[in-house]
Amino acid sequence: MTTEAARGPGTAAGGSRELVLGRIRAALAGRPPGERPGDVPVGRGYLDVHTDEDPAALAELLARHLTEYRAAVHRTDRSGLPAVLAGLLAARGSRTVVVPPGLPGHWLAGTTGVEQLHDEKDLLTPALLDAADSVVTGCALAVAETGTLVLDAGPGQGRRALTLVPDHHICVVEAPGQVVASLPRALPRLDPARPLTWISGPSATSDIELDRVEGVHGPRTLDVVITGPE
Amino acid sequence: MSRTFVGMPAFPRAAREAVRDRTLRNNLRRATHTIREKRAGAVAELADWEQLRQAGKEIKDRTLRHLDHYVLQLEERVTAAGGTVHWAADATEANRIVAELVRATGEREVVKVKSMATQETGLNEALAAEGITAYETDLAELIVQLGRDRPSHILVPAIHRNRSEIWDIFRAEMGRWGRPAPDGLGDEPAELAEAARLHLREKFLRARVAVSGANFMVAETGTLVVVESEGNGRMCLTLPETLITVAGIEKVVPTWRDLEVFLQTLPRSSTAERMNPYTSTWTGVRDGDGPRHFHLVLLDNGRTATLADEVGRQALRCIRCSACLNVCPVYERAGGHAYGSVYPGPIGAILSPQLRGTESGIDASLPYASSLCGACYEVCPVAIDIPEVLVELRERVAGQAGHRAERAAMRAGRWVLEDPARLARAQRAASAVRGLVPRRIPLPGPAGAWTASRDTPQVPAESFRAWWAGRGAGGAEPGGPDQDRREPGPGGGRREHGTDRGRPDHGTEEER
Ligand code: SF4
Repeated sequence: MTTEAARGPGTAAGGSRELVLGRIRAALAGRPPGERPGDVPVGRGYLDVHTDEDPAALAELLARHLTEYRAAVHRTDRSGLPAVLAGLLAARGSRTVVVPPGLPGHWLAGTTGVEQLHDEKDLLTPALLDAADSVVTGCALAVAETGTLVLDAGPGQGRRALTLVPDHHICVVEAPGQVVASLPRALPRLDPARPLTWISGPSATSDIELDRVEGVHGPRTLDVVITGPE
Repeated sequence: MSRTFVGMPAFPRAAREAVRDRTLRNNLRRATHTIREKRAGAVAELADWEQLRQAGKEIKDRTLRHLDHYVLQLEERVTAAGGTVHWAADATEANRIVAELVRATGEREVVKVKSMATQETGLNEALAAEGITAYETDLAELIVQLGRDRPSHILVPAIHRNRSEIWDIFRAEMGRWGRPAPDGLGDEPAELAEAARLHLREKFLRARVAVSGANFMVAETGTLVVVESEGNGRMCLTLPETLITVAGIEKVVPTWRDLEVFLQTLPRSSTAERMNPYTSTWTGVRDGDGPRHFHLVLLDNGRTATLADEVGRQALRCIRCSACLNVCPVYERAGGHAYGSVYPGPIGAILSPQLRGTESGIDASLPYASSLCGACYEVCPVAIDIPEVLVELRERVAGQAGHRAERAAMRAGRWVLEDPARLARAQRAASAVRGLVPRRIPLPGPAGAWTASRDTPQVPAESFRAWWAGRGAGGAEPGGPDQDRREPGPGGGRREHGTDRGRPDHGTEEER
């Protein structure tokens, strides 16, 4: 049970705390005494998934939905990954690539002539990130039904700015382990204490006459590499 | 306290002016029709839409019914995660808290993510008065800010501007605020977006303080959620050292799991996407990643008054998806500005009068800015029965001092409201007579009671509705009691907008 004593030390500037709480309680005066939040029914008659959970089908669906949001999707097996990454960086003409801590070393083993900017002890400044051509990361998981990648700042992903400021993001999804069908499957696997970034296609806006236009502030090019046994 | 746009005329007059503006009307029609069809398609993909909608409603109802519990839990968890929670009873207090927090950093400028709450409090103007410049970073908000304009849609605040107007604004104004528009700028949306990217990037890279809103706040974890498209939200939430989030107390949801409902229904309802491009969640502060200082300002500003009304309370379930605007035949014609508030359209018609009270002319007239066609309810992803709240608010307005006769009429004549055709006839009759002989001509039945007290322009119900019906016949402009009234021609009877056009073609299955 939450108590008002739970106020931490940082809330000295609390403002009208008691006033607002008093108003809330007055507004709820009609509530039967003793009713608990859990007494108010919440039905969850909705589906856990809307799709076939066969791993191959999920990877396929993920690829399709990402493509529909104009991410470029590439399929490979584990051993082919370094060559695919090297090819994507070369095709883009990237001369610098941001490397988050914990990115498996062999991922970029096939890459030559591209300077690796490691975000280690001395964190890369926003200006350096802005000048970088590309960033390569993994992800925490991907949601097939919505075409979504979720990054949780874990190993191989790094802090949030790394995948935000450079204009080109290559994200590696390891199928089948990292691919789930739906949001109800995804949320229990994610840790809300970590900062999460959910990415569904490259940055876009519909603000001008409701036309979806790719590319405002986030990376304007999103390459997704789905690795898997097939 | 709360904010009414100064000098805002009551809804019918503002609506008439908007309807006369052809560009606005064309922009709006094109935009709302595009999005409503896409939305119906996105919703139809989910066989369990109705269950998701019901769950969303029930989660919000539970939250509101125990809001004291959940806001305290939220406060505790945010604090435990290293954030600082502030409480603002009204807009003035919220603005003062934000201004003090910004001043304490020593900075004179902030970057902002689009936020309804800070529009509602008029934060930008309040900061400007303190010598602090707030830069809007959402493309549409940027267009509005550079154009010295007001937002007209929740999701697409510049929906009333077309590309050539935006091109004009960028060329004329960007230079005053920072990096000017590139030479040779064209009016293709992609070029305009590129200009915004360049203009704003220098601001993001140097910004040290950001102000945001929040779509959801998870009580059990202290996690905040921002749903967006462009990446300006990520920039603001990630790069500055200090983040100040202003959010209404009704944005709380109990559990992390609850997001599985809203993250399915919100994107499909608002932009008709399976998922919006970016969603950010954060819990307090995190070493070496993102802001080092996080402040959450919990805003009341009329929400507790809304909560106190057991019918009107449901307006607080709103997740600001804007689907109700996009299907509303009145919004489509009148545009967002006519509503005189940051919350336009059907949700604005029930939220603004509750947040601000019904004393001003505009707020008293808003509950009448509807034909009660019900399209808004059908699309609402949290099943807010907007027509029900409108009727309740009409009664409240009619019950105000000076409207005693109307109250009697409303009580005796709920039957009128229950039959839209009868209502329309009664209203048309009432205002037609009033136009000719402005005062105290008794009519038979409830409409007679209405006209008997009609000597103030505060309740424009009849004129609005008759105007609307007249539009269907290509007839009258809207007119308040203080306007000349042209009665629609004989063929101009009430037309149920929504049945003949303007309402998306979806049945209960695919209804959001
Ligand atoms: S009232 Fe419902 S449909 Fe309208 S903006 Fe709010 S949630 Fe969306």
